[in-house]
Amino acid sequence: MRIPATTYPVARFTLGNGLRVVLTQDKSAPVVGVAVVYDVGIRSEPEGRTGFAHLFEHLMFQGSENLEKLAHFRYIQGSGGTFNGSTHFDYTDYFEALPSGALERALFLEADRMRKPSLTEENLRNQIDVVKEEIRVNVLNRPYGGFPWLRIPPVMFDTFANAHDGYGSFVDLESATAPDAEEFFAEYYATGNAVLAVSGDFDVDECRAMVEKHFGDIPGRPAPARPDFSEPDLTEERRGSITDPMAPLPALAIAWKVPDPINDFAAYLPFVVLAEVLTDGDASRLHERLVLRDRSATSISGYIGFHAEPFGVRDPTALILQAFLPQGGDVDKILSTVDEEVERLASGGLADGELSRVQARMATHLLRELDSLVNRALLMAVVEQQRGDASLVNDLPRLIGEVTAEQVVAAASTLRPQRRVSIEVIPGVEA
Amino acid sequence: MKAVPPLTPSGPLVMPERADRTLPNGLKVTAMRRSSVPLAEIRLRVPFARADLANGQVLGSTLLSGTETMSVVDIAAELQAVGGGLSAGADADWLAVSGNSLVDGLDRLLELLAGSLTGAVYPANEVQTNRERIADRIAVARNQPAHLVRAALLKRMYPGHPYAIQTPEPEAVRAAETAALAELHAARVRPDGAILVIVADMDPEKALDSVERALGGWASGAELVTLPSAPELTGGPVTLVDRPGSVQSSIRAAMTTVHRTSPDHAPLSLVNMIYGGYFSSRLVENIRESKGYTYSPHSGIEHAQASSAMIIAADVATEVTGPALMEIMYELGRLSLLAPSEEELEQARQYSLGTLRLGMATQAGLASLTMTLASSGLQAGWLEGHLERLATVSREEVADCARRYLAPTNAAYVVLGEASTIEAPLSSWTQVARA
Repeated sequence: MRIPATTYPVARFTLGNGLRVVLTQDKSAPVVGVAVVYDVGIRSEPEGRTGFAHLFEHLMFQGSENLEKLAHFRYIQGSGGTFNGSTHFDYTDYFEALPSGALERALFLEADRMRKPSLTEENLRNQIDVVKEEIRVNVLNRPYGGFPWLRIPPVMFDTFANAHDGYGSFVDLESATAPDAEEFFAEYYATGNAVLAVSGDFDVDECRAMVEKHFGDIPGRPAPARPDFSEPDLTEERRGSITDPMAPLPALAIAWKVPDPINDFAAYLPFVVLAEVLTDGDASRLHERLVLRDRSATSISGYIGFHAEPFGVRDPTALILQAFLPQGGDVDKILSTVDEEVERLASGGLADGELSRVQARMATHLLRELDSLVNRALLMAVVEQQRGDASLVNDLPRLIGEVTAEQVVAAASTLRPQRRVSIEVIPGVEA
Repeated sequence: MKAVPPLTPSGPLVMPERADRTLPNGLKVTAMRRSSVPLAEIRLRVPFARADLANGQVLGSTLLSGTETMSVVDIAAELQAVGGGLSAGADADWLAVSGNSLVDGLDRLLELLAGSLTGAVYPANEVQTNRERIADRIAVARNQPAHLVRAALLKRMYPGHPYAIQTPEPEAVRAAETAALAELHAARVRPDGAILVIVADMDPEKALDSVERALGGWASGAELVTLPSAPELTGGPVTLVDRPGSVQSSIRAAMTTVHRTSPDHAPLSLVNMIYGGYFSSRLVENIRESKGYTYSPHSGIEHAQASSAMIIAADVATEVTGPALMEIMYELGRLSLLAPSEEELEQARQYSLGTLRLGMATQAGLASLTMTLASSGLQAGWLEGHLERLATVSREEVADCARRYLAPTNAAYVVLGEASTIEAPLSSWTQVARA
């Protein structure tokens, strides 16, 4: 089946203060998406301040130069729109989806907090409490909380930047201060460190004028130099385990480092396809073997990056497999079967039609994600920030379709036990 | 201070091109065109009320696991080849299948779906694999506070009604066999009363023709099964569920509301928004943004075939369980006694209108919305009327609905957490009954 391409128009420009802007028009529905992405994430947190990037994200919703607390939410939602923000390893995003008549309002709101958020002690204390409840609901009060995204990095990596707990320890969160927030804002929330993307139903010239009007007078600050976060490849296997007091059944995560997603994209892309060949759907190699044939696992999934976003992560990152096991299941058996299946792929190659059907399904997944205007704005903003040109988004379905069987096989041949990290969850409660 | 820019008129909301057809076998089909991406989305619902819980769950997971001529892997590979995927599952009302593919693969997707609807064989091997997987999933769910508090709430809300228990016992799931699944399929997986929705980058009439070619031969003859209306909720003591080791308390509250066809539906949906239905609501402002008790408090109206209820949820720090429950009740009382401000109503109104517009702006969103409405028996034209009603409901109507539906004394409350810590402070000001 022919893999369709997208032809989203992309207009790119940079304001005098260094803010990069991407406009992608689409008049198919009377709505718009707005995304602002800052080039700072979990990896940039200072020692003693684990979880700070995420806590700071919360503070960006607490009011700004011309808006009191709660006003941001009310203006967006009272315009018929939705909003959110999220913190990743390499970036932090803020976004809105709105009826098209609310575009200028959304731009004003984003500009206002880019200029001056309200980083008060009172807001900070309130949001530390909220974030602690977020961590309790998502990690501490449930089985498999934070597995595997919080569990792999401390075993896989050696530097604080890559290895620390990105949600944050309660001790670090509680010791955060308003001056810390001011400092973090001054360094990382600079106009030169941000990208604004707007998608949807607007006139490009009018939208550009609105962007210049609201963002143009924000004092320019350059992007801070991005440290080199790279770490050497592993030369021997690493294993970790966690006893989870709420988990009734064993689970396993396996990770291997992959090539630099930005600077070695050609070598990286086959790994994105490989993860799908191994785990997408009932016909994938590992599902068929582990779940349907051996029944040594009850589910298996595979993806790139700890947040499963292949086009939103920088080096170092990993291809991750995640399996849940039946009662009494043996993780060593899973590890050896995965090795066997990877070897079978590396030495025996792909079956007829196997690659093209996986590529067709990947195209559907990607197009489906891009059908949402706010997702389109987000992906374009991140791609602009990390890869220097948002229009690469239009090339992704084609590039995925051009990955060859030989490249997938070569990628598989690097998934060796001595480069592997595995994390076992030991059940702490009876099934 | 700089002024926030005013809103400008949004482009008109143009309803998508739509075609409806009821096939001779009873299947009701709706097709809509949305050309933003070259894909197709499908949703299917087959009436499934009172189907055996355990067999129903295993049937849902094994429906696409083989026919006389194709294995589970054959079906999955053929779906992938057209960029497609299908998944199926059962709840208290429906067997639901949802999927998508490249638009050029829609015919093949429908053929594969039809193959399973008319010829699923529930191979013994796949039945065994899936029943073990589901039993394991239930074992995990029983350690999840969200699942446990939901189960306790359903028990409290629906005494004596099939909705009271919606998760089967693992032992019953492990006993599911091919013969029983085939029997359940023959009795219930039929087109009479079933609904299919397609949203695709193609002419809706052509999509209907494709459906008719693929599914015209699906034989009718389903048993007619109905559910009694769920009992109306009444007040009573707070149900306390002990979960030793919990570091949070999961609070839920429920009130009986009305079906989407009621004249109260639009004003009541605005009441829900103002209370806790979105971020700019009273509940979020109070227990999150002012007091920091919780991360994501919210409320929503859930419509099932035999019941409509407003459900409030908040997971709060253990030490503030009492105060958080008190604030939840206080906000119910305040809204039921005092009319909201015009400004508050206007904001909730714009949010409701805007998010419907946003929901229709993707193929997947439009397909899900259309299926949700069709499941309530609401056909073409209803949504336009609802939008008009949302836009014009008065403050008096909203206040009147809040008064009639939100009385805190009529709600059912369930709290799950570390009972040894929270029971005494709760009992000091309200009646508590252990689950």
